[in-house]
Amino acid sequence: MSGYTAHFRVWRGDVEGGGLEDYKVEVNDGEVVLDIIHRLQATQASDLAVRWNCKAGKCGSCSAEINGRPRLMCMTRMSVFERDETITVTPLRAFPVIRDLVTDVGFNYQKAREVPAFVPPAELGPGEYRMFQEDVDRSQEFRKCIECFLCQDTCHVVRDHEENKTAFAGPRFLMRVAELDMHPLDAAEASGLDRKRTAQDEHGLGYCNITKCCTEVCPEGIHITDNALIPLKERAVDRKYDPLVWLGSKIRRRPAGG
Amino acid sequence: MATGTEPHQNSGGVRTRTRAAISAPHLRTDRWWLAPAVTAAGLFAFVVYSTWRAFSNAHYYAAPYVSPFYSPCLAENCKNMPSGPNADLFGSWWAISPAIIILIFPLGFRLTCYYYRKAYYRSFWASPPACAVAEPHAKYTGETRFPLILQNVHRYFFYFALLVACVLTYDTVLSFRDPHERWGHMGLGTLVFLVNIVLIWAYTLSCHSCRHIVGGKLKHFSKHPVRYKAWQFVGKLNARHMQLAWASLVSVALADFYVYLLASGVFDDPRFF
Amino acid sequence: MGAVERQQWDVVIVGAGGAGLRAAIEARERGARTAVICKSLFGKAHTVMAEGGIAAAMANVNEHDNWQVHFRDTMRGGKFLNQWRMAELHAKEAPDRVWELETWGALFDRTKDGKISQRNFGGHEYPRLAHVGDRTGLELIRTLQQKIVSLQQEDKKETGDYESRLKVFQECTVTRILKDGSRVSGVFAYERETGRFFVLEAPAVVIATGGIGKSFKVTSNSWEYTGDGHALALLAGAPLLNMEFVQFHPTGMVWPPSVKGILVTESVRGDGGVLRNSEGKRFMFDYIPDVFKEKYAESEEEGDRWYEDPDHNRRPPELLPRDEVARAINAEVKAGRGSPHGGVFLDVSTRMPAEVIRRRLPSMYHQFKELADVDITAEAMEVGPTCHYVMGGVAVDSDTAAARGVPGLFAAGEVAGGMHGSNRLGGNSLSDLLVFGRRAGWHAAEYVDGLDARPEVADDQIDSAAAEALRPFSAEGQEPGSGPPENPYTLHQELQQSMNDLVGIIRREGEMEQALERLAGLRVRAHRAGVEGHRQFNPGWHLALDLRNMLLVSECVARAALERTESRGGHTREDHPTMDRRWRPVNLLCGLADPTGGLAATDPERGQIDLTRETTAPIRADLLALFEKEELVKYLAEEELYE
Repeated sequence: MSGYTAHFRVWRGDVEGGGLEDYKVEVNDGEVVLDIIHRLQATQASDLAVRWNCKAGKCGSCSAEINGRPRLMCMTRMSVFERDETITVTPLRAFPVIRDLVTDVGFNYQKAREVPAFVPPAELGPGEYRMFQEDVDRSQEFRKCIECFLCQDTCHVVRDHEENKTAFAGPRFLMRVAELDMHPLDAAEASGLDRKRTAQDEHGLGYCNITKCCTEVCPEGIHITDNALIPLKERAVDRKYDPLVWLGSKIRRRPAGG
Repeated sequence: MATGTEPHQNSGGVRTRTRAAISAPHLRTDRWWLAPAVTAAGLFAFVVYSTWRAFSNAHYYAAPYVSPFYSPCLAENCKNMPSGPNADLFGSWWAISPAIIILIFPLGFRLTCYYYRKAYYRSFWASPPACAVAEPHAKYTGETRFPLILQNVHRYFFYFALLVACVLTYDTVLSFRDPHERWGHMGLGTLVFLVNIVLIWAYTLSCHSCRHIVGGKLKHFSKHPVRYKAWQFVGKLNARHMQLAWASLVSVALADFYVYLLASGVFDDPRFF
Repeated sequence: MGAVERQQWDVVIVGAGGAGLRAAIEARERGARTAVICKSLFGKAHTVMAEGGIAAAMANVNEHDNWQVHFRDTMRGGKFLNQWRMAELHAKEAPDRVWELETWGALFDRTKDGKISQRNFGGHEYPRLAHVGDRTGLELIRTLQQKIVSLQQEDKKETGDYESRLKVFQECTVTRILKDGSRVSGVFAYERETGRFFVLEAPAVVIATGGIGKSFKVTSNSWEYTGDGHALALLAGAPLLNMEFVQFHPTGMVWPPSVKGILVTESVRGDGGVLRNSEGKRFMFDYIPDVFKEKYAESEEEGDRWYEDPDHNRRPPELLPRDEVARAINAEVKAGRGSPHGGVFLDVSTRMPAEVIRRRLPSMYHQFKELADVDITAEAMEVGPTCHYVMGGVAVDSDTAAARGVPGLFAAGEVAGGMHGSNRLGGNSLSDLLVFGRRAGWHAAEYVDGLDARPEVADDQIDSAAAEALRPFSAEGQEPGSGPPENPYTLHQELQQSMNDLVGIIRREGEMEQALERLAGLRVRAHRAGVEGHRQFNPGWHLALDLRNMLLVSECVARAALERTESRGGHTREDHPTMDRRWRPVNLLCGLADPTGGLAATDPERGQIDLTRETTAPIRADLLALFEKEELVKYLAEEELYE
């Protein structure tokens, strides 16, 4: 149980400009980066803006970049750093900054709205749904998502290319499309919505070059690339690049069912 | 304020004007460049080796072993390999190394493989070089247009890869014959081939396309219990796709190199029985 | 103050947790233009922290379950202090609310025959909690969030605007409910991002702000839980009910210090985890109170058999209601049999194979691994009580969720009082959110429909609300000689320490009197709470404003706790250690001492809060008939028994 003084560099500023400021701050046993940011607030910088909520890795609010890596501040233990290491904390760099460590994550909420919702099967009422565990497992993995948007932040498609933000939904929301397409009772197809096709045509699945950074930063350990994005790409292939299916659709004038 | 007090001049990416004014393209302090560097070196080494071997058109058969680079051998200029993978489909007009004909398929399979795509996009194209490290390109369209939209044909290469794996399995079976075509032989080469074929199959079956075709495309696993089991099995392999990709890449090169050593007379195949 | 932006809505909902979102969906579906205001980002509300499940008598796992059994369990858990009508509605409607979630895309864990799986939980007679691993709250909030998005998509199709009928104002804080005469006329709020003030005019306001845990030092609650809704209702003239009942969850993390209080889900015990003291003894067998003697196992063997064969064995005492377990842990630690960091041991590692633990308790495994570097598949966790939930809250009508005395004001979820009596059962909060969130949204929309004219928002109310909100910036120089400006963080820490030490899990008369004095001192100092900087995303300023609410609510808790001279559920008096049947029909109501809305009262004797006693309506005969006479004798007051 021994405390020490750590060297922090925290980005302070807003959309008009800003920079990294140096702080010396006390660290105690068992603390996480968010504790240190709170100590800065309480002792040295009462107006340091930071977004946080549950402090237990469940709400996905305290996303930031620590030593250049997108992480949750509440789930980054101080013990992973050397005591003489300078720890740099910046806001997410893929989104517009508001102030200090707080960014405007509105992009994600906009993309969320663009994914058509679950379509309930017309013939089933509440209480009549029967689904088997093996059929819901896949979508349940994706529903572990806490919407911290670290995957959206790290994805180079939008991080490095602002102009792609209109065309590309980002890993989180492509995963949402996959989740719904794999939902055992989603009736999108019966309602005329082809999620496999729209994944590519409307949500920009083709921009993804499966370089797996989304999976690398996911604090929930969801296999975004292997279990959501690649299967979704394969489903799009079923629809669009499979000559047998294409031939079938020409003959029967409708796409083959999956 | 220490550095970068001005907003960015809208030079794109992390330096877009609205984003936090940090001039460094990344702030990672770990050795993020190590993984792409090692990957690049590994892939480059294989490309150099395989190019040399594919074009050399020599030392690819040392009975009973045929190099996986030259199997099946589809032109007239192939060495005669008794009961081996000879099939003269191309005839005599094919003048260069017959390896080129067949290598297209495993090459295409690996080139469009979801793991190798990640590997070379990161290490050769730096798109991105590592997570949260800015990439050097001004424009990015990913796999939305030609030529990269062709990555979607991975599935067809998977089908061909299955055929190739079958032929290599046949070759491995033949390696249980001695140089005089009598069964009941096993040499060090047989072992090398066995290891190689196991890894080739594991890599081929662990493919994401395979996982999709086997069961991933289904909406209700509960209605297809056998395919569900198969999907789970492939899923377990798939989790190791990267390791299998490397292991099988090394093993296929080693199998070829072993045949080269025998064929060029460096040493004789040690026999177990 | 000049131009503060005003917008007109039909229903404004304060809070975007389970209750708030469910209310919003209902109000919008009934045709009301609905605005939701929340302090965090949309989808981050504290509901995500709920782990165990949603209690609903669907009888998917045990066919004997039905609403009557659920009602009985709820009343027993609350020691019969519950508003029985709320408990009845809750037990009857919970299954429908869960099934409805499925039609919005929720994916619960399944039984073998494809129905929603249900798990055991403390105080519930049968496996009753619909769940998704140990992240049920996340599933609930995400489902409601996505349902809201789908309604917005419909609106976009019809009107071209996603937000034409249902809008979420995220990262905004409401500081005052505005009134036109006695009726609600809207809310005054500020945007946390910019500090900009705005007014939403609306004839109906639903408060769904959750709890008060941030007034205590060790708590499982997030920063949002500053009792805002409780205080808003009080300031608007609505009384709070039974605020002395604060649930301390028995199992919070005790180490490392920075995560002290974070919850360890009850499912750990429901799935077989056991509590041991430093001597290795399963001490809970020594703490089974008389009223529960027949329901719980007497030996470890019987308790262990119950997991496999619940029909022929009694459940282990680790699954007693939360108040009992919390007190037992507290007693063990006090007796010197605690763990190294001042808790007791909660062990699953010797009870289940590692792989089963990782599958059934994934987020617990993750939480301990990441935060405490403890592998729960290999070693025991250290746990201790943590402030978790307030049973008390805004006094509401059971059927309509309407707050008393203020037409147009509604409350649902944790901020509403009565449903859980003196102690809440695990799993009953998520179902509470859904059942009463829906009712609040429904009746708010209906109330608006029935109005002839919209109430007006007067300018002077806006001006005084703005002045109040800006005071922390001009703390210096007020009333010369009154003292130096105060740091809001320091005040907050002192408040938390006082409440934890003096009005915590075990209470004594002298300490609570001391607490009231300290609160008075803090109140005076809070007037001088000053902040630096500007209004843009300034956490110091936000905290200074929240202090008002925490001080008000803390006073309610302390006063009511001092008044109730018995121990019951979430209220334990060392000087009155037993439950007293005469207190059963008594409710304690907190009201504002100075209903004109002034905040000047600083006299520690008097304070800001007035307390009144009220006798509850007798429990309906057919509901009483669900219990055995012998059981009722233990709870009901003499005169109630002879009716």
